[in-house]
Amino acid sequence: MRPIDYTAAHDVKGALQTLAARPLDSAPIGGGTNLVDLMKIHVQNPALLVDINGLPLAEIQEVEGGLRIGALVRNSDLANHPLVRERYPVLSEALLAGASPQLRNMATVGGNILQRTRCAYFRDISQPCNKREPGSGCGAMEGFNRMHAVLGTSAQCIAANPSDMSVALAALDATVHVSGPQGERTVAFGDFHLLPGSTPERETVLRPGELITHVSLPASRFAARSRYLKVRDRASYAFALASAAVAIELDGKTIKDARVALGGVGTKPWRSAEAEKALIGQPADEVHFKAAAAAALKGAKPRAHNAFKVELARRTLVRVLALAAGLA
Amino acid sequence: MARSPLKGVEDSRPGGFACMSDPKQPPHGDGAEREALSALDDGKTTRREFVGTAVVGGALLATGLLSLPANAKGSAKAPGLEGPPVAPVPLRLQINGKEHALEVEPRVTLLDALRENLGLTGSKKGCDLGQCGACTVLVEGRRVNSCLTLAVMQQGKQITTIEGLAQGDALHPMQQSFLAHDGFQCGYCTPGQIMSAVGFSREPWGQTDADIREGMCGNICRCGAYPHIVAAVRDGRGKKA
Repeated sequence: MRPIDYTAAHDVKGALQTLAARPLDSAPIGGGTNLVDLMKIHVQNPALLVDINGLPLAEIQEVEGGLRIGALVRNSDLANHPLVRERYPVLSEALLAGASPQLRNMATVGGNILQRTRCAYFRDISQPCNKREPGSGCGAMEGFNRMHAVLGTSAQCIAANPSDMSVALAALDATVHVSGPQGERTVAFGDFHLLPGSTPERETVLRPGELITHVSLPASRFAARSRYLKVRDRASYAFALASAAVAIELDGKTIKDARVALGGVGTKPWRSAEAEKALIGQPADEVHFKAAAAAALKGAKPRAHNAFKVELARRTLVRVLALAAGLA
Repeated sequence: MARSPLKGVEDSRPGGFACMSDPKQPPHGDGAEREALSALDDGKTTRREFVGTAVVGGALLATGLLSLPANAKGSAKAPGLEGPPVAPVPLRLQINGKEHALEVEPRVTLLDALRENLGLTGSKKGCDLGQCGACTVLVEGRRVNSCLTLAVMQQGKQITTIEGLAQGDALHPMQQSFLAHDGFQCGYCTPGQIMSAVGFSREPWGQTDADIREGMCGNICRCGAYPHIVAAVRDGRGKKA
């Protein structure tokens, strides 16, 4: 790891001022599970770390039937919170499917939303990578791309977003609350992450010097009937080959409302409006689950080694819809 | 009784932890061991010769014939730190019930501070990237990877390492259980396994072996001693320290 300066902030205002004073080479640090890792392999090289763990952003509060989740809430605490388990089971399941217990005890909600890709070409500084070094090329495109995205890709980048939690947040209509030099603003979760396009180095709408302070989840009719299913090379402690978060509201056997998001296959946490459209108003049965899965993967663009992900994601989605509907 | 967090979502495969087939980086390499291995790589130095050299070096240091680098005292440069050293900062860490004052650079991880500055070498450096669990310690009673957090960030927190588990000569029940069930082979991952198991015992998991395997998935054992480790954790976690 390269030499760094370190300072601890004690309130949001102080943190923002410290970050604003060195906008080009500072970074906030929360859990550090992703940032310290990337600093050790020289993929991220901030010269100043601003420790934000002293900020009062570690509370989970019930607000108007929904939840307001501080950016510094640890993944394990969020996963095991009684209200999350009861009202948003998909979120609890997604969090517990991610990383290891030790990492979940450190990792934070804000950091998880900003988690960088696990693309091996991004993590190896001897390889070209348009995300790490714009214009340098992409080793994955013609390389070993078994783990890579099939949805939302561009000619510059096919790196998959690795976060499990973000897939659940995408399905739950979450809102990201941000604080910065220009004040506070909110961003719908679906708008927070950017497609790679020709600027894969820009991953979110977060501007330099801005911090995520909270995430809010609305009260929901459908979230209680929600599930997360993750498929990976081994049964635990691995990134998703494909995953799916779904939430459905049933009226008898008819699907009244639905939320569908995919992980492991998208360049960002992948909400599928097409799949939702294929489900709403239809009977909750395998025929319509398969139709939704086909709709969700319709635009998939597989590369040499990851074509299997298209069928795997379809089957994952059909399976988790059956679980959510109580049919499996 | 807490339900299994993943019940009904995934099943665990038989035989060892689900993550045992992980093609991770080799989990060995203390600073000295890394040097030893790289010395062996050039084909010129045998391990025996290297160890001999290291012992002679240690003896010379002990008799004052070699001088320590200026920054060694209190700010020993841990392996993995590139570039010129920057000014160390004074820290106070609460470890195993005792306060330690030390001076380290801000980039020094908790793991390196424990091992290199405080001589607490029970916590092992394996992958150094949060993937193997050999460095697991408890912070405020919760298990974390000490390689992925900076020492400077842990001031004011109660840290427990493997050295802090036993009460005098009386081993912690989890240590006793690992001994009783032969839950180790080479022993390198064992301190991390035991610390992880102690943290795990305080978490809301079910009682099945599948839960134990999932709950212990952050700790890799290259020897594959998993059946014995599962037995040790099963037995040890019900017993009060």
